[in-house]
Amino acid sequence: MSENAIVVTDLKKRFGPVVAVDGISFTVPAGTIFGLLGPNGAGKTTAIRVLTTILLPDAGSASVLGHDVVSDPDAVRRIIGLAGQYAAVDGLLTGRENLRMIGRLTHLPSAQARARAAELLERFGLIDAGDRPVRTYSGGMRRRLDLAAALVHRPQVLFLDEPTTGLDPHSRSDLWDMIRDLVADGTTVLLTTQLLDEADRLASDIVVVDQGRIIAHGTPTELKSRLGDTVVEMGFGDEDTARRADALLAGATDQKPEREGALLRLSSSKGARVLVDVLRRLDGEGLAPATLSVREPSLDDVFLSITGKHAEPVLEEESQEKQLARTGGRR
Amino acid sequence: MSATTVSLAGQRHGVGRLGEAVQDALTIVQRNLIGLARTPQLLVFSTIQPVIFVLMFRYVFGGAIKIPGGIPYVDFLMPGIFVQTVVFGSMGTAIGLATDMQTGLLERFRSLPMARSAVLVGRTGADLARNVFVVILMSVVGFAVGFRIHTNLIEFLAGIGVVLLFGYSFCWIFATVGLAVGNPETAQAAAFPVMAPLVFASSAFVDPRSMPGWLQAWARNQPVSATANAFRALVGSLPVPPGGVPQSTPSLVLKAVAWCLGILIVFSPIAVRRYRKAV
Repeated sequence: MSENAIVVTDLKKRFGPVVAVDGISFTVPAGTIFGLLGPNGAGKTTAIRVLTTILLPDAGSASVLGHDVVSDPDAVRRIIGLAGQYAAVDGLLTGRENLRMIGRLTHLPSAQARARAAELLERFGLIDAGDRPVRTYSGGMRRRLDLAAALVHRPQVLFLDEPTTGLDPHSRSDLWDMIRDLVADGTTVLLTTQLLDEADRLASDIVVVDQGRIIAHGTPTELKSRLGDTVVEMGFGDEDTARRADALLAGATDQKPEREGALLRLSSSKGARVLVDVLRRLDGEGLAPATLSVREPSLDDVFLSITGKHAEPVLEEESQEKQLARTGGRR
Repeated sequence: MSATTVSLAGQRHGVGRLGEAVQDALTIVQRNLIGLARTPQLLVFSTIQPVIFVLMFRYVFGGAIKIPGGIPYVDFLMPGIFVQTVVFGSMGTAIGLATDMQTGLLERFRSLPMARSAVLVGRTGADLARNVFVVILMSVVGFAVGFRIHTNLIEFLAGIGVVLLFGYSFCWIFATVGLAVGNPETAQAAAFPVMAPLVFASSAFVDPRSMPGWLQAWARNQPVSATANAFRALVGSLPVPPGGVPQSTPSLVLKAVAWCLGILIVFSPIAVRRYRKAV
């Protein structure tokens, strides 16, 4: 399984005046998780729609396990699964009925569709809710069912469009575990997310997209070492104390501390370990911070360091994209 | 399992492919009917509303409406009610598809290896099944309030057939509307202005001869009137103006069927195009 599951070459897609995807290229080795990281409106969803044969690209090419998404969409549809931020399941059907419907639509024989539905309900902890209409489900349950629905026909390649958006931390980490299990079984996953943390925890390879272009590409470790530092922020009782601490900590990290009044900010590429050294030094002089926070680099820090601007979510653009999509060139 | 997928993949030719398309459409029909059964407000709208229309026109307005040729108003009314019922009911097609589009379900369907035709055929097929149910109910209500067939049962059933065909073709207009607006509330709002001139400026409830001349031309020939008149001719309740020559039943049925086929031929490709673009 060393071949590439997904190959995208210079893919372009525009909706009227809006260029949603502006020439992106990447490859995803089979059996790995690939992260497409970017703010709202970066073109992630459009890229997924092209790869899942929902949209036709304007230029460039894309293939999934060797099948071209434009010339052989049927072959692509048989080997892919799609789960998205919209949790696209029928609210009026029960969880079991939803899964059986997808089973029938992917041409499993009736008995197999039934067995597969039962198996997936069990696996995703939905046995008790399986015979209730989906409109009574919580957000987390819907999302699990949505993922289950994407797995009914055992796709070899799975596309997850912001699978954890809007979930509480507990449901999110549940879903992460489920995604890891799938990959352990040999599935290839392409995942979009706005959360650096999520991409970091799941993906072995990440591209950062902004305004339809790839602005960075690497492993999570590479990106983080290039892009962001752990930030330690300490507040002191008064400016004088802060100034003394500033002098004391001047050599503690690879970068000089920044002071704003009584607030001292230290950045370190060595991660949170720097904290031990910092606190030891302060303690030696009898100084103690009044407040303390440690922040891991976020998507916003990544953007700031690459583009010099903040990753503002462009909510308008996403809906505009959707509007234009209805009049654009579709399959 | 992947072996199963591969063997299925190998069979996708000719009859196998058509068989799959039929199976996919039936799966969607089943899904929509389950949904309909679990949406009481939709069922109520499509059953209570026509019953109220029957009672209102039969007992409230009916006394003031005179039909030429001495035909009892209830016999004139019921064919109109049947047509009006399937037209109003087709709004469900628009709302259903718009909801699927809004929830992202259409997107999922389009990523599945299912027949491209299944969603639209399945939606309109489920709406046809609903119309059969509603038309049976309306027949019972009609007979209860005094509606009588002046020909025979076969011709009555032929009339029902024309109404169902009309209802089916009308669903394709509303499939187009639903996919174009992509939002159930808007679909509902957009539907009424389309339906009102068709249902009310027609021969469904009154004889168009009572309308101003410019409106008569429309009201006599538009599809709702054509279908209602074909039904009336089949059950023997089509008014003949004093001194006029009665139109032949086959020609009236032909006119109605021509409207149905015309609507299908124009709107099904538009709806399919919309479906392919819908996200």
